Amino acid sequence: MPHITFTDVEVTYPTGLRALKGVDLEIPRGQFVVIVGLSGAGKSTLIRTVNNLVVPSRGDVAIEGRSVTRAKGTELRRMRSGIGMIFQTFNLVKRSSVLRNVLAGRLGAVHPLRGVTGLFPRADVAFAHECLRRVGIPEKAFNRADALSGGQQQRVGIARALAQKPSVMLADEPVASLDPPTSHAVLRDLKRIAREDGITTIVNLHFIDMAREYADRIIGMRDGLIVFDGTAAQATDRVFEDIYGRPIDEERDLRGRT
Amino acid sequence: MAVPDPATSHAVPLRPSIASRLLNWGTWAIILALFVVSVRQTGFNLEVIGEGAFDFVRFFRRLVPDWRALPEIWRPLLETIQIAYLATVFGTLIGLPVIFLASFNTTVNAPVMWLARSILTVLRSIPDLLYAAILAPILAIGPLPGVVALTIFTMAVLAKLASETVEAVDPGPLEALRAAGAGRNRVIAYAVMPQIAATLTSYVLYIFEINVRASVVIGLVGAGGIGILLNRYLSFFDYGGLGTMIVVIFVVVLAIDQLSVWARSRLI
Repeated sequence: MPHITFTDVEVTYPTGLRALKGVDLEIPRGQFVVIVGLSGAGKSTLIRTVNNLVVPSRGDVAIEGRSVTRAKGTELRRMRSGIGMIFQTFNLVKRSSVLRNVLAGRLGAVHPLRGVTGLFPRADVAFAHECLRRVGIPEKAFNRADALSGGQQQRVGIARALAQKPSVMLADEPVASLDPPTSHAVLRDLKRIAREDGITTIVNLHFIDMAREYADRIIGMRDGLIVFDGTAAQATDRVFEDIYGRPIDEERDLRGRT
Repeated sequence: MAVPDPATSHAVPLRPSIASRLLNWGTWAIILALFVVSVRQTGFNLEVIGEGAFDFVRFFRRLVPDWRALPEIWRPLLETIQIAYLATVFGTLIGLPVIFLASFNTTVNAPVMWLARSILTVLRSIPDLLYAAILAPILAIGPLPGVVALTIFTMAVLAKLASETVEAVDPGPLEALRAAGAGRNRVIAYAVMPQIAATLTSYVLYIFEINVRASVVIGLVGAGGIGILLNRYLSFFDYGGLGTMIVVIFVVVLAIDQLSVWARSRLI
């Protein structure tokens, strides 16, 4: 059975915008999938249907055959606690310590009273430190989150997701706010950890070269539909031109000049 | 996600349209008209104020503090501060959950938010002096109606102010915690509270300052504290006592204000 199954997923926002127009997709366990496409193609919407932050107006998303789309209340929260997510803007609580931010990843799992008192089990605290070690910043545990650089903040984001002990990892433009060398370092870490833990990972990316370098599988989206699905080797320049709907040389020129 | 395309967005007009200029002049005309009508109908008169100034000086010269009044002022003054303090504590405790019900990003659902906001609007539309005047005969003259009146005021004002702060927090951490499977209470405790704690404390201190001043006045309608004594001094033309009280209130309120300003400056 595939790990994640999208069945005819459609999303229409209250504004009338049709962000997804019928997506069918199966992702096997442990695959590192990169989704490419222009802004507004539906990439962010698609990955948010996996943890039901965006509720499909039609169709269904299932993890190991269990529908996330129809899950409610406690069941939904339990399913979400098994799905890590990292964000373009990191989404850390800036005024809280790094450790506290990582511990927030345990909130879906700890006992109801514990979560409110702010007292986490000793094992959780130890595990949070372990997660920080895995992303290479164990010494930052007691710094305030906003005292860290962008690359370090995204690592805290990854550590928070790891603290959930996830089987699925969603990454929405995880390196769009970072410089190129830092972007590569963060993606390398993400891929290494996904490999080590066998985490099924879906990453939205803007950059073609990075998609080719890290993806087991590339999915191209345009205008709410999947227009390409294949390996990095199959994703030629011609394919990307088709996904972006314009020649990529032109885009490179634009990037070089500005 | 949807980025506006500069090519298709509307061009900026070079000068305001006739409609917007008319609106502008219309606004000024309304402000002026309301001013003229208000002056006429209230009988606002600078001459009378000028004459009154002489009376005021004469009145003021009689306000020589009689320090023998000090012992009887002391206890009701303490009661006034205690009324303000209790009302601030109760109002904050009751108001805290209401803040989150009234904020779109932390509420339970739309009808609950609407209900919370409506109740707050109704409560805020009634002045605290009126609450005290209504409650004093019901709850017996004394500090209790004062505490209840100012508790209602504290709750309504705090929830209104703070829910605006809650609605302005960075939504990112809220989304992140929801994505991690955290329920509403945990999202509030871990993503919202750290962002609003300093501002919230500052509001509470500020409302305490307002409550101290308000609890002086509500005593006039029988809601406990120094206002009851103030009422007696005024009715019996006890200028010595009145003078003493004015000095004492001035010093105490100023001290509390300064303390609160200092505490708030250390928060942000």
